[in-house]
Amino acid sequence: MIVLNALVQGVLLGGLFAMAALGLSIAFGVLRVVNLAHGEIMTVGAYLAYLSLSSFGLNVWVSLLIVVPAMGFVGYWVQRLLLQRALRLSELAPLLVTFGLAIMIPNALVEVFTNDKKPLPTGDLAVQSITIVDGITIGVLPLLTLVVAVALIAGMQLFLARTQMGRYMRAAADDSDTLRLMGIDYRKVYAFAMALAFGIAALAGVFFGIRQGGVTPFDGQLTVLFAFEAVIIGGLGSLWGTLAGGIVLGIAHSLAGQISPDLPLLVGNLVFLAILVFRPTGIVRSKVAA
Amino acid sequence: MPKLIAGSVRVDRYQRRALVTGVVAAAAFVALAAAPYVLDPAVTSSWIKLFYLITLATMWNLLAGYAGMVSVGQQAYIGLGAYGLFVFNDMGFDPYSSALIASVAVGVIALPLSFIAFRLRGGYFAIGTWVIAEAVRQIVIRFDNLGAGRGRSISNYTADPVFRNMFTYWLALGILALALVVTFYLLRSRMGIALQSIRDNEVAARALGINVSRTKRIVFVIAAMGAALAGSVICIQAIGVASPNQIFSVSYSAFMIFMVLIGGIGTIEGPILGAVIYFVMDLYFSQLGLWYLVVLGLLAILVTLFLPKGIWGAIHERFNISLFPVGHRIVPVADKFLPQSSAQPTVKEKRPNGRFRR
Repeated sequence: MIVLNALVQGVLLGGLFAMAALGLSIAFGVLRVVNLAHGEIMTVGAYLAYLSLSSFGLNVWVSLLIVVPAMGFVGYWVQRLLLQRALRLSELAPLLVTFGLAIMIPNALVEVFTNDKKPLPTGDLAVQSITIVDGITIGVLPLLTLVVAVALIAGMQLFLARTQMGRYMRAAADDSDTLRLMGIDYRKVYAFAMALAFGIAALAGVFFGIRQGGVTPFDGQLTVLFAFEAVIIGGLGSLWGTLAGGIVLGIAHSLAGQISPDLPLLVGNLVFLAILVFRPTGIVRSKVAA
Repeated sequence: MPKLIAGSVRVDRYQRRALVTGVVAAAAFVALAAAPYVLDPAVTSSWIKLFYLITLATMWNLLAGYAGMVSVGQQAYIGLGAYGLFVFNDMGFDPYSSALIASVAVGVIALPLSFIAFRLRGGYFAIGTWVIAEAVRQIVIRFDNLGAGRGRSISNYTADPVFRNMFTYWLALGILALALVVTFYLLRSRMGIALQSIRDNEVAARALGINVSRTKRIVFVIAAMGAALAGSVICIQAIGVASPNQIFSVSYSAFMIFMVLIGGIGTIEGPILGAVIYFVMDLYFSQLGLWYLVVLGLLAILVTLFLPKGIWGAIHERFNISLFPVGHRIVPVADKFLPQSSAQPTVKEKRPNGRFRR
């Protein structure tokens, strides 16, 4: 029963990892850019939620209505002003630019907000739980996280398949020059994709902060690795694969946590490295080569 | 494009300039090695940092600038170098030989790790190396005899602080010289040409019969060993490791990237210049606290976007000087069979980085 409970908790944790990974997956899928500052974007999202809480007294959930569009706006302009230029220069340039951001953001956050954990209270939601059978209890918040993650992935799939912008994005991923010949400015499409990636990252950052009981400046250095591992375990270029990857990682953390509380991170990393060695294309086979 | 050269040509590898470089560098090395006898110990011990910074920057440049592998996980090997020093020091070796033995051990560890890291490319390679660094740190802190999560100090050490300082200085200088010599000869060798072609176009390099992954793997292992040597110098200078989180910190990668970008990626001179700039900035601005790191990150972004070849690249473009000639140029030679071509055609000189001047 303990193992079964750990599995269930792992699946729920996987929802959080998948949500964190979704933005990374979109940015790579459309732009072929790996955002090394992805974790920092999540952290900034969580700090914005904390700010709207401490300055305007907004509820965490209400603050999402501001935080997600605001980070989407930031993502749009980061792409237009910084990354678009870097993309033209070389393959290495976008990596170096995002790594620069990844160094700047947490250190600036420490100077502004100090190293103390800033709370993101959600009232009694954080402690509510549902007992399914004896020994298996599901927290409402982790369940909500998983549901939101699945909904986001389903929504993203629908968006890519059915909408005009979704078609542009798939086209830009395949061949941005031809898209330009069709009269579409691929730079705007790229920027829109980056806006989506930033917005979803901010949302995931808030959920991560709630789960951790608050947010600290260097959280991003941890979450970027989770997000990345979920993407690779699941297989590049597949959004449902990212969910599967998140769940595998979540289960690895949760089972390792049953053995010793200091093991989850190490076991998660080792599982990732093992999958890289034995199944480098990831769980869900994808059409895109790494 | 250069004008086509009629008649016979030969490829000039700047042998004479390379010889001059060698002589000047050897003289500089001797002068620096004698410095502790002349200068105040406080001065020379502050140079130790400069030496390991140049070593780190040179090694990262070899990885990213020549082999196209952006790693943000070199702290794995810095940390392993420091911790390997504890392991061999505990076996009874003195810290200086331990540093050298540890770097070989790190090379042995880096080889299998390269097989994991090479499953990934580009940006994913970068984060993959970061994951490996995290995993290495998490494994190292599970050993109680290495101080677990608390860090530890070198147990078996020369007591005399003057000798300690001098030996550490010579070790750091020796490692720096080794790193530069290896890089210089590597790039002038056949493999250097292979590396520069991989940097310019990996697919084309493979098509020409270059064994791309073997070449990259050799560079990966060399860079790991260089980082390990720098790590052991850091450890010896501090007589230990304050905390594993510090020696395995991703900020080391940030510093390496900063130094290489500012100086000029893909040149030998650039990282040296970048390390000197970083060293001087560190002396004056580190009291700014974390804002200093914010400024470093910002400068790295600005240089990437607006000065992609760095400061040395700009100097080189303007004055066409290079201290470490690793390039080649085509020189026409008098032709025996076609006398009309003996009128020497003008040849545009090839830049040492292998591209033609525009």
